[in-house]
Amino acid sequence: MSTNAIASPRSDSAQSPKYTRSKSSGSSFEMFAWLFMRLSGVILIVLIFGHLFVNLMVGEGIHAIDFGFVAGKWADPFWQVWDLAMLWLAMLHGTNGVRTIINDYAERAGTRLTLKTVLFIASAVIIVLGTLVIFTFDPCPPGAVIDLPSFCTVP
Amino acid sequence: MSTVETELPEPASKIELPAHLGGGGEIPTFDVTLRVRRYNPEVSEESTWENFTMTMYGTDRVLDALHKVKWEQDGSLTFRRSCAHGVCGSDAMRINGRNRLACKTLLKDLDTSKPITVEPIKGLPVEKDLIVDMEPFFQSFREVMPFLVNRGHEPAKERLQSAEDRERFDDTTKCILCAACTSSCPVFWTDGQYFGPAAIVNAHRFIFDSRDDAGDMRLEILNDKEGVWRCRTTFNCTEACPRGIQITQAIAEVKQAILGRSI
Repeated sequence: MSTNAIASPRSDSAQSPKYTRSKSSGSSFEMFAWLFMRLSGVILIVLIFGHLFVNLMVGEGIHAIDFGFVAGKWADPFWQVWDLAMLWLAMLHGTNGVRTIINDYAERAGTRLTLKTVLFIASAVIIVLGTLVIFTFDPCPPGAVIDLPSFCTVP
Repeated sequence: MSTVETELPEPASKIELPAHLGGGGEIPTFDVTLRVRRYNPEVSEESTWENFTMTMYGTDRVLDALHKVKWEQDGSLTFRRSCAHGVCGSDAMRINGRNRLACKTLLKDLDTSKPITVEPIKGLPVEKDLIVDMEPFFQSFREVMPFLVNRGHEPAKERLQSAEDRERFDDTTKCILCAACTSSCPVFWTDGQYFGPAAIVNAHRFIFDSRDDAGDMRLEILNDKEGVWRCRTTFNCTEACPRGIQITQAIAEVKQAILGRSI
């Protein structure tokens, strides 16, 4: 008697796909990423609406915004820290959001890796550039003589 | 010639109901068209739509219509069903774009003026017509250890539990493993690696059981990158569940338990 009189179900046959779930990573990265999204979201609400209120409503409001206004704000360490926090939290919040969208929608591992590499490089460039600008910003660079704002003392 | 004695049949009811009370009356009938997604790998790799039109009663469900097709029109129509009363969880399918049990969906509750679409549930490999391979679904179910783990001494009688302790996980004991939730989850559709709502619901049932000792292990398993953190709270699972389990809430409770234990 043949031992294989009844064909085995498709799931166990040789040509059926193997259902192998990816191995557990054992790290809590996804948990901290999830927690970070909630906390940074709450802080960003305060930072962004504070930013909008100070820039658009206080004093002359929107009409006061010019190069000198931004230069004045960044002369104050308080606004430097405020804008730095806003930059970092918004960038990391947005990057992590797009990362999860890529994980959810990209079906092939190669597509995922490519998209995430582009995403991380773009975010890193913006974060580094933005941080550099906030800390090294000088409205009256030494040596410059043309196109300087009126409050700079031309040597 | 002898007179034939005619026997009068017994009247339907011994009580004469006045016409204005209506009484039971005849069950209304209507014509419905089922638009079924057919797939037979022995004939073609492509799946096709096929329409079946029949006259059904107001008390009939989608499952009765499928039976009528299989028994009277096309015996090759293939679908799973077992108890046919919403308990075994065999006949989850996508009816008019929503995951439901065919045996709990009355035809009269659907729009019968248009064809009723019936498809297999999404995200799992189709084997034939409405039958999908449930193995990926059960694989993640098994991984959360859906059984009681107790490290204490084996009691001589039943393990007692207070009504309050039982209430804590009552909702998640209702799961019938029909896969309507997991196959309605867009995160599961992508690559099938996400544990899925059903596995988390069944983990929840033991994590919050006061008699169980392996809650920590289950939380560790669900803290995976394919675990609870992939839930986007779209509530598709809660809407699809034929047992009305608050699935998204159960997933959120597991998230909270993992956070509470880590921080």
